[in-house]
Amino acid sequence: MELSLIDKQIMNHLQGGFPVCENPWDAISSQLGIDVDQLIERIETMQQAGFISRFGPLYNAHEMGGGLSLAAMQIDADDFDRVADIVNGFQQVAHNYEREHQLNMWFVIATEFPYQVAEVIQQIEDSTGYRVYNMPKQEEYFLGLRFEL
Amino acid sequence: MQARNIIVKPDALIDDIDRKIITATQAGLPLVRDPYRVVAEQIGIDTHELLKRINHLQQCGIIRRIGIIPNHYKLGYRANGMSVWNVADTLVQQLGHDIGQLDFVSHCYRRPRFLPEWPYNLFAMVHGHDRDEVMHKVALIDQLLGESNQGHDVLFSRRILKKTGLRLQE
Repeated sequence: MELSLIDKQIMNHLQGGFPVCENPWDAISSQLGIDVDQLIERIETMQQAGFISRFGPLYNAHEMGGGLSLAAMQIDADDFDRVADIVNGFQQVAHNYEREHQLNMWFVIATEFPYQVAEVIQQIEDSTGYRVYNMPKQEEYFLGLRFEL
Repeated sequence: MQARNIIVKPDALIDDIDRKIITATQAGLPLVRDPYRVVAEQIGIDTHELLKRINHLQQCGIIRRIGIIPNHYKLGYRANGMSVWNVADTLVQQLGHDIGQLDFVSHCYRRPRFLPEWPYNLFAMVHGHDRDEVMHKVALIDQLLGESNQGHDVLFSRRILKKTGLRLQE
C-alpha cells in the first residue's frame, strides 16, 4: 500500500500529539478537513499495513523507576555468535545490535530496580569473559523525533 | 518474547488508579470516536478523572507524548547511525540541547567516557533512508558543533541481534 496525501498529513499531524479531552478527534478532523470516522479508519488501515507501530501514549521507561542502561562490548569476530547467544539469553537485555566499530556489540539493559543493572553487567562479564562498558545516560536532550512525510 | 511490564516507582507521584491507566493504555488507545471514555469505563472511573490523570502523567514526564508512533523502518528510514561526539564537559549541555532540536535526531544523550578507548560523551541517533543520508546529516551536526567537536564517529548497525519490547510495545 502507498500512503496517500491525507495519510501523510495524518501521520505528520499526529506524531506531534493527540489532544487530551473528551472529543479529541474534533480539532484534528477540522484542521485536516476529513471526517472523524474516515480519520479513524485511515489510522486503522495504516496500522494494519505496518506504517504505524502504535497509537497512544508513549511511556518514558526511565521515569518508571526501573533500571536502564546502554552497554557495549568488544568481541572477537570468531567468538561473536557465542557471546551474542549468552548476552541475548539475559531476560534483562532488551535490544542488542551488532555495530561497525571495535566496540561491536551494543545492548540495552532494562531491570526492575536500578541497582540490578550492575548485577546483570557483572553476570554478563562472568559468563562471557569479556568486559562490559556501562554507559547509562547522564542527561537527556530529547525533543521528540518526527518523521516528516 | 513477552512485552516487559511497566515498572512503576513504588512511591509518591502515582497511585493504583494511575497504574491501572498505564496498564490499560500501554499497548495503545482504542481507535474509536471516544477513546478516553472507553478507557475510563474499563478502569471504572469517570472520563474527567481520567483526563486529569493523563494530563498529570504527561506533566511529570511518565508519558512523553500521545499520538502515532510510526514504524520508521516501514516508512523508508532504513539506515540508523549512532553518532558519537567528544565535546567539552562544560559545553555538553548546551550542545546536546542544540543537537536534540534537529528533527532527524531521535535520541540525544550524555553518557560517560572510557578513556583512552572511548572519548565520546554525547550520543545522537541519526535516521535516514540510506547511509549517505545519515552521513550527510552527521555532517550537519559537525557543522553545528564547529570547533567544539573534538572528534566523532558513526556506528552503523550491522545486525539486530535481539529486539524485545522495551517501551511496552504490544
